[in-house]
Amino acid sequence: MYAQMVKSEATKDDPEQLAAFQARIDAGEKIEPKDWMPEGYRKTLIRQVGQHAHSEIVGQLPEGNWITRAPTLERKANLLAKVQDEAGHGLYLYCAAETLGVSRDEMTQMLLDGRMKYSSIFNYPTLTWADMGAVGWLVDGAAIMNQVPLQRTSYGPYARAMVRVCKEESFHQRQGFHIMMAMVKGTAEQKRMAQDALNRFWYPALMMFGPSDKDSVHSSQSMAWKIKMNTNDELRQKFVDETVPQAEYLGLTIPDEDLTWNEENGQYDFTEPDWNEFFDVISGNGPCNVDRLSARQKAWDDGAWVRDAMNAHAEKKAARKLAAE
Amino acid sequence: MSKEWPLWEVFIRGQHGMSHRHVGSLHAADAEHAVKNARDVYTRRNEGVSIWVIEAEKITASSPSEKGPMYDPARDKVYRHPTFYDIPDEVGKM
Ligand SMILES: [Fe+2]
Ligand SMILES: [Fe+2]
Repeated sequence: MYAQMVKSEATKDDPEQLAAFQARIDAGEKIEPKDWMPEGYRKTLIRQVGQHAHSEIVGQLPEGNWITRAPTLERKANLLAKVQDEAGHGLYLYCAAETLGVSRDEMTQMLLDGRMKYSSIFNYPTLTWADMGAVGWLVDGAAIMNQVPLQRTSYGPYARAMVRVCKEESFHQRQGFHIMMAMVKGTAEQKRMAQDALNRFWYPALMMFGPSDKDSVHSSQSMAWKIKMNTNDELRQKFVDETVPQAEYLGLTIPDEDLTWNEENGQYDFTEPDWNEFFDVISGNGPCNVDRLSARQKAWDDGAWVRDAMNAHAEKKAARKLAAE
Repeated sequence: MSKEWPLWEVFIRGQHGMSHRHVGSLHAADAEHAVKNARDVYTRRNEGVSIWVIEAEKITASSPSEKGPMYDPARDKVYRHPTFYDIPDEVGKM
């Protein structure tokens, strides 16, 4: 998902304390920042929430790419509001991660030097306006699927951040679908663009849920701690089952020849994404990895003087106030 | 690396007549800056009519490990609740 392949960190805590902690989680209690928690729980969460935050921030880039070229003023305002929301999501999540004892600057540094990741999906380019439709519809759609259950996650600040995020997220998906609806009702060329966007984003969207359950070795501890609520395959299946009828409504074809309704299980059988591509993208070799990170690095460097000036101004004001007293 | 902006806790009054509620935190250089950021981060959809901010390090919190001694004294004082007092039905609503 936004936090793909988060490795559960080993924990070397007192077994009695661990058991008491697990009992709290099993009883549905929320863990709050000052409560005792296993080192592994803390570290895994920092990694997961940090990666989630980075994804929200880096995720602004592919859509920000189209703000100035939106086809109408209304679409431009919609997209701008959506991208601004994503900045907000990043901030809620950074704050949640900070309650675990990592600073905002440290997390930024870890993103920039590659120690922390962001979702593989944002390493794909947005080539046409139809991609704004596909991203809202599919990428935010997949994100919602993962974030809704995370509202019940065991760590209080993370759960509360997710509640805020989920409240805002459904507008994102709907504005994307709305763009797709307009495209498929347009000229033949516009409909072709919509199909092309679906073709390019379908498998990357399926990859968002992370590797297949048989290959994701780290989930059991995270699931016991309730920082992961569903398996990757469960969520991926749910996403396919909800999205296929939406594509049919649009009159678009899911780019999967083997997609079939399975009468027996009451769900779709579908082709898994190319996992080699996924591992390649996540390890830095996707079409836009270099661009994304250099854009973040540039924002960080170019913003340095502003951060310093704000501090200097605040100090000067405080000193003036003190002198007047 | 330059110094990080301090962390502020944000409280918002959702509607007139309600109390301020903690909604989250953010970084800002000073109080004025924190209020501006809080408006952008926490009230994009009319969530509030008033914002309070306070530097996180100025907050004193009770410690979760003292939960017992801190709240126990309240536990055995059931007579602080109206249901403790049995008033006959014929008295009417009270
Ligand atoms: Fe988001
Ligand atoms: Fe979103």
